[in-house]
Amino acid sequence: MLSTASPASTAGASTATPPPTATPDPPAAVPSAAFDLAAAAVEAALAAGARFADARVVDRRHEALTARDGDLRQLSQTTEAGIGVRALVGDGWGFAALADPTGERDARATGERAVAVARASAAVRSPGAHGQRRVELLPVPPQRGGWASGCARDPFDVPLAEKADLLVGVTQAMRAAGGSVIGVAEALSAAWDTRTAYVSSEGARVGQHVRETGAGMHCLALGEHEVQRRSYPAFRGQYGTRGWELVDELDLPAHADRIAEEAAALLSAPLCPSTETTLLLGGEQMSLQIHESVGHAIELDRILGWEAAYAGTSWLDLSRLGDLRFGSELMNITIDPTIPGALGSFGYDDEGTPAAPRDAVRNGTWTGVLAGRDSAALAGYDHAGSVRADGYGRLPMVRMTNVGLEPGPHSLEELVAATDDGVLMEHNRSWSIDDKRLDFQFGCEIGWEVRAGKRGRMLRNPSYTGTGPVFWNSLDMLAGREPGEWRAWGTPNCGKGQPGQVGHTGHGAAPARFTGVRVGVRG
Amino acid sequence: MSAPGTDEQLDAVVERVLDEVRRQGGGAVEATARADHHRLALTRFAGSGIHQNTEDDRTTVHLRVALDGGRSASVSTTRTTTTALADLVSTALAAARLSPRDAAWPGLTGPGPAASGAGPDDATAAAGPAERAALVAAFVEAAGGLETAGYAQTTLLTSAVADTAGLHARAASTGAVVDGIARALPASGLDGSPGPSGDASFRADGVGRAVSRSLADLDAAALGARAARRARAQAAPAQPLRRGELPVVLEPSAVLDVVAGLLSSTFSGRGLVEGTSGVRLGEQQLDPALTLVDDPLHPSSTALPFDTEGTPGRLTELVRDGVPRAVTTDRRTVAALAATRSGLPALPTTAGAHDASDTWGPVAQAPVLSPGGGGSVDDLVAGLEHGLLVCDLWYTRLAEARRSVWTGLTRNGTFLVRDGEVVGPVGVLRFTQSYLEALAPGAVAVGSGAEALPRALTFGAAGTARVVVPALRLARWNITGGAAT
Repeated sequence: MLSTASPASTAGASTATPPPTATPDPPAAVPSAAFDLAAAAVEAALAAGARFADARVVDRRHEALTARDGDLRQLSQTTEAGIGVRALVGDGWGFAALADPTGERDARATGERAVAVARASAAVRSPGAHGQRRVELLPVPPQRGGWASGCARDPFDVPLAEKADLLVGVTQAMRAAGGSVIGVAEALSAAWDTRTAYVSSEGARVGQHVRETGAGMHCLALGEHEVQRRSYPAFRGQYGTRGWELVDELDLPAHADRIAEEAAALLSAPLCPSTETTLLLGGEQMSLQIHESVGHAIELDRILGWEAAYAGTSWLDLSRLGDLRFGSELMNITIDPTIPGALGSFGYDDEGTPAAPRDAVRNGTWTGVLAGRDSAALAGYDHAGSVRADGYGRLPMVRMTNVGLEPGPHSLEELVAATDDGVLMEHNRSWSIDDKRLDFQFGCEIGWEVRAGKRGRMLRNPSYTGTGPVFWNSLDMLAGREPGEWRAWGTPNCGKGQPGQVGHTGHGAAPARFTGVRVGVRG
Repeated sequence: MSAPGTDEQLDAVVERVLDEVRRQGGGAVEATARADHHRLALTRFAGSGIHQNTEDDRTTVHLRVALDGGRSASVSTTRTTTTALADLVSTALAAARLSPRDAAWPGLTGPGPAASGAGPDDATAAAGPAERAALVAAFVEAAGGLETAGYAQTTLLTSAVADTAGLHARAASTGAVVDGIARALPASGLDGSPGPSGDASFRADGVGRAVSRSLADLDAAALGARAARRARAQAAPAQPLRRGELPVVLEPSAVLDVVAGLLSSTFSGRGLVEGTSGVRLGEQQLDPALTLVDDPLHPSSTALPFDTEGTPGRLTELVRDGVPRAVTTDRRTVAALAATRSGLPALPTTAGAHDASDTWGPVAQAPVLSPGGGGSVDDLVAGLEHGLLVCDLWYTRLAEARRSVWTGLTRNGTFLVRDGEVVGPVGVLRFTQSYLEALAPGAVAVGSGAEALPRALTFGAAGTARVVVPALRLARWNITGGAAT
């Protein structure tokens, strides 16, 4: 069973985001010339000896604005355009990329270079158990079509002055509301417009046009000995495959005073106690908990050891897929790139595999992984569709799409009311987890005592620590019943891979309660 | 290939952009143009075989303009045709005209004496996938049958930067990296038994890593052998350990992380301007054995001799004999510090700007923590009555800025030490520790050798930095948990 949950709107004037569109032909925003370049590169790679090749011609615009303390500090616009070609020669992969190819000659040369790189890969062959096997790709019927994300208000059509006024204004408001202790007030917005033409030697020809938008703000209160931070709506903002309507809905000005006052109040709040107790987490912190301790752990390339030296491995053993107890019965995690508007949504991944939902954890049992065509075939797994690249110049690799926790039957109010003694924490401040994705420690911006079913004093420097499956097995109450409690949070800066790649992921989450958690870790 | 990559082409690109700025915007517009040609080639291996192999070749043009003394905008593109560059300029000017005025606009760098850096190594610049594969093969073979994973990388960066105030500089740099682990898998068996902790998923990893301006200077076999040695050392039974404070010896790979953490927060000009840094300039805040410099002009440097604003690099003492003397700056933080430190000695200007400076703040380009008189790692361990030897740190995150409290984990080998001898592994441990307090006076012994290690300190085209650090022995390190606790 898969979730039917969808991102909930927040209050405020809004224009509804239209649903994404899937079409039999590429969107008009992706020019046919881009497909010609991709096709030429693939053809050249095959002629040079590749047994499989694919190419992506990507044109991406990015805009970022940052306001700080009443000034606009950054207004940057970036255009990144180029071609990336993957070639499989024998059992060796090669990848080559070129910025701004001016014609098919450039594209062909890039395809040939990918083949040359692939040939060198065979120089060091793995003696391990997996390495003896031929590199195969999970069969996926070659796709021909297009997909465009929903967008009611194109973020690149919104006047820069309107964006700047919004961000500058809320930084001024935060400083005014928080008083002299507010040392830094910052707000940001970001938008991406990505047009991709994908062609493979198997006959795939897919075009996508994805628009992503996000914004957020935070302030720092400076005390004599420490710094306190509050942010809205999430510690690095909220993002989605949507237009500027997302920013309108966030209604940043309505929250500026509150977070500044809370930041100032935190300076004199009592410390979070150092103890073992019942922990209630807000939805935004839950999204990062899911990202770090579930999303990364179920990446098949990590499980296979391909990321062992850098991003790390996973505590999960493929032989236990289908029967391993990951968490309590309340834990239902899905991999779902089809959620409208979520940041990890797409029509096709960067191998041309069409988006489809899948269970990762069902009723607490581990049932699925994030995979690409080669890793799935190697592992004997029957599903791919989770391979993406950061632009034209990077090799597609296993990345999270939308990895989220389905909502539960309760409300946050009920979680609090059912708790005799505990701590409620919201908004991430610091995160760290070991390379197998087991031992974690998170710091949050703000906490509250929960006593006798009521929210009590504000607590500063709240933190908690635990071990993945132990923690998830202690999940005993889950919210999401009330409107707005479950939301697809966007993570725009998931780092992985070498050369480093930034991934955009989404995480559906609602407030949740865990028992017997160690909180208040001191340094 | 079509992208401009030669020195002369890059010079021409930036001048063409500035000419276009003057043509479209007039003479009053302030502008800095930069063209980076970046060739990044990287071969990854896992399971002792190459599994990813990439080459990316791109020229990126960056332009920052300012009107009316502070309406500014930054644009960049990988498109370099004449039409694309004209579009770049018009986009920048249009954006700047719509921007509110930035009262803290720091202005342009302007002309000045050119700094001369180490320059590129030609063989490294020309290296192809075969050379990288040879490095990987040497690492794998030296690991003596243990499973290995990691990467070999070569980079060439040529950058030309010019501004409308008269600056024009160009330089190139190269870098080569080998960074890998050797892994003693229980299944492949040091002795066929499960891991020392009794945990079937236990991995005994050792690491070997190095960075150099020249690929020829990398000894991949030595790094593979070193990684294997540390992995095999974890075959002994696990030692029990309780949470709490312990003395530690940090190998250079672990010290690297501590230094990088301090550079990104405590010794960043932005942190000092905004009050989040806990640095106390001019005070004996750290142990007298510690001296930390930024040295982008060193003959072995992989950095460019100027930053992304064109500020020339220079040797800057951030810490001298335990006394903080400076922070890393870009033009904005220089101006802000000058305004807020009236009456205090001026801080030296450093070349710390990078592509994400506006949001992350400046960072040092080529840090060096000077070696001391503590001898080898074994000598430092010999001075421990009861403590830990930590080979590497991982996933460290700032928990409290002012005290520089970081939490993270050990990785790639952590060992219990008793009476000056390593007695066995302790698995992966979590720490939550104030770096400033760990390096306080009286708490530190500094190893005699220093290693050049790779670290991504910036987000710009310069990419991987060369960070030189020795081993350290610290009197206290706060262990707050473990991977299996």
